[in-house]
Amino acid sequence: MIEIVSRERCIACDRCVEVCPRNVFDRGADGVPVIARQDDCQTCFMCEAYCPADALFVAPLAFPARPGSPLRDEARLAAAGLLGGYRREIGWGRGRTPGAKFAVGPELPATPPPIVTTVTERTEIGEGIGDTISDEVTR
Amino acid sequence: MSEPLELFTDVLVLGGGPAATWAALKAAQAGADVVLADKGYCGTSGAAASAGTGIWYVEPDPEAREKAMASREALGGYLADRRWMVRVLDQTYEGVNELATAGRYPFPVVDGRPLRRGVQGPEYMRRMRILVRRAGVRILDHSPATELLTAADGSVAGAAGHRLQTGEPYRVRAAAVVLATGGCAFLSGTLGCHVNTGDGHLMAAELGAELSGMEFSNAYAIAPEFTTLTKTAYYSFATFYREDGSVLEGAGSRRGRSVIARALLREKVYCVLDRADAETRARMRRGQPNFFLTFDRLGIDPFTQRFPITLLLEGTVRGTGGIRVVSEDCATSVPGLYVAGDAATRELICGGFTGGGSHNAAWAIASGTWAGQGAARYAAALGRGANRRPATGAGGAGLRPTGTPGTVAHRDVVAAVQAEVLPYDKNYLRHGDRLAPALAALHGVWREVRAGLHGTGAEAVRTRQAAAMTAHARWMYTAALTRTESRGMHKREDYPDQDPAWRHRLLVGGLDEIWTRPDEVAPVGPEEFAALGSPGLAGASGAYLRAAS
Repeated sequence: MIEIVSRERCIACDRCVEVCPRNVFDRGADGVPVIARQDDCQTCFMCEAYCPADALFVAPLAFPARPGSPLRDEARLAAAGLLGGYRREIGWGRGRTPGAKFAVGPELPATPPPIVTTVTERTEIGEGIGDTISDEVTR
Repeated sequence: MSEPLELFTDVLVLGGGPAATWAALKAAQAGADVVLADKGYCGTSGAAASAGTGIWYVEPDPEAREKAMASREALGGYLADRRWMVRVLDQTYEGVNELATAGRYPFPVVDGRPLRRGVQGPEYMRRMRILVRRAGVRILDHSPATELLTAADGSVAGAAGHRLQTGEPYRVRAAAVVLATGGCAFLSGTLGCHVNTGDGHLMAAELGAELSGMEFSNAYAIAPEFTTLTKTAYYSFATFYREDGSVLEGAGSRRGRSVIARALLREKVYCVLDRADAETRARMRRGQPNFFLTFDRLGIDPFTQRFPITLLLEGTVRGTGGIRVVSEDCATSVPGLYVAGDAATRELICGGFTGGGSHNAAWAIASGTWAGQGAARYAAALGRGANRRPATGAGGAGLRPTGTPGTVAHRDVVAAVQAEVLPYDKNYLRHGDRLAPALAALHGVWREVRAGLHGTGAEAVRTRQAAAMTAHARWMYTAALTRTESRGMHKREDYPDQDPAWRHRLLVGGLDEIWTRPDEVAPVGPEEFAALGSPGLAGASGAYLRAAS
């Protein structure tokens, strides 16, 4: 779900207010949009794709991150290059080439191909960023 | 509440995804004045915008086309109609090429040839919005319709709804309406589908439209646990594991998804994409960058780490059931009402099964085109002034309760419906002993909805969604109980075999009382098609389908 509207980066263009298919944002009194209806967010990342200032961050979870989650830590996310990450991947923004031009996916096999990786350590969702995400904290 | 906005137009398109934009574009190109009203933002809303999708785009080479038509016929239980496949393939080819030329969609070029078998959703829908605007269509974003308007003769005469960002009600008076409101995923959380709550189906049924194939409504997609990123195709490169670390035998992204569902009823299921080599991995990232957002942001390497997965219901978004199409211009049985995309049944080209994208994407282009053109012709035939006919709102459940308003809350209704349609052991792994009580519970929910669910303004949008999901679920399970066999995606544990006597489509409809009946129009499989000796619908009477009913 949408977690961050960076006050530092936002240029107050209201593009996210306009394009969010779920009408999650309201215009802010000072120009910076506010996340008014987070519960309605469908985690589709479209607002990020349209934000010209890389000011938004959508955590890849179907519900709000817990308070203090690394997914709400703007400085950490910025340092990790995750703000504006989707926009970069799809090649949107001045001086970029649309990713659609290179979007040639793999041929999908009719039956599963052989295993080529042998390292299969197990991880839980959230573990990789030092977070704990489970039904207990989310529902 | 402010004064209602009232617009007059020839063709009103409800929806904002691929089918809606193709319908609006083609109606405008045919000379109609067009208004498009979307629940979200036309360009980002709907199942396609946030995803990447393959398209059933096949060069007009007879051998390639034959192979394409034959490829999923058996999976679909031979309920499709080859005459429709022929024309959908033709129309899709034309439409995608138009997207490349007029729409300047940047298709990849491989070995000097453009590769047009797929699109990235954000880019596709951004360009469709531009095409629609350029054609002069008036777009109302964030303007969910809550009901259709009907004229004295029972024909459709527009729609009314609510503008979420201005807080004002609106009415669009129209000569014809195209419903391109998508399927219903029951707010399961599957990618980009929160707007897909089956609103159009309810509105159509309130005018007497029929539905078809509603038993084919139990598509589930794989996503990492707690996330929305459904991209089942990439799990072709996965191995699935049980909680104890042993391999989950028989599990797979194609055949074998039910094995995953069964396991998830007991325990957590993990997977790792350990069958993707370096070249495949790079291609996956280029092909579907959004697939990796989840993993990158959560610090998971999906190629070397086992991570937990879930299955999310895609309902009739990727199920094939929907509003019945009664003629080749995608008319419904309601005069003036046309249907396109996932709101319509896709059995005509898919039968009882479809994967994501591909056929659905092609159907959106083709049915959108025909519905838009059909609606424009209908409006032209009615003549000027048709949109000034006296029109009244046709909405019932959630808008105009029959009893004391406000006795039930929309949140509780949604939760009650989800409790019957999301669980794998009810909807996916079907059995009469579990379907029957689920349907009885849903009928109970409907009675409460009909008597007491009520909202106005923005709340009405939510009460109508809840009512639409309740109706949808009841059509689904009524059809699922009626079809006493297994065919397509509809698998009954108590009727595990395909029964030749059931090789026909099943119609369903009604609101307080639900009815079913076999479709009079028989499927046209490879043999019937060959016997027709005709390359398609060319030469068939325009009323070839209606004549049969």
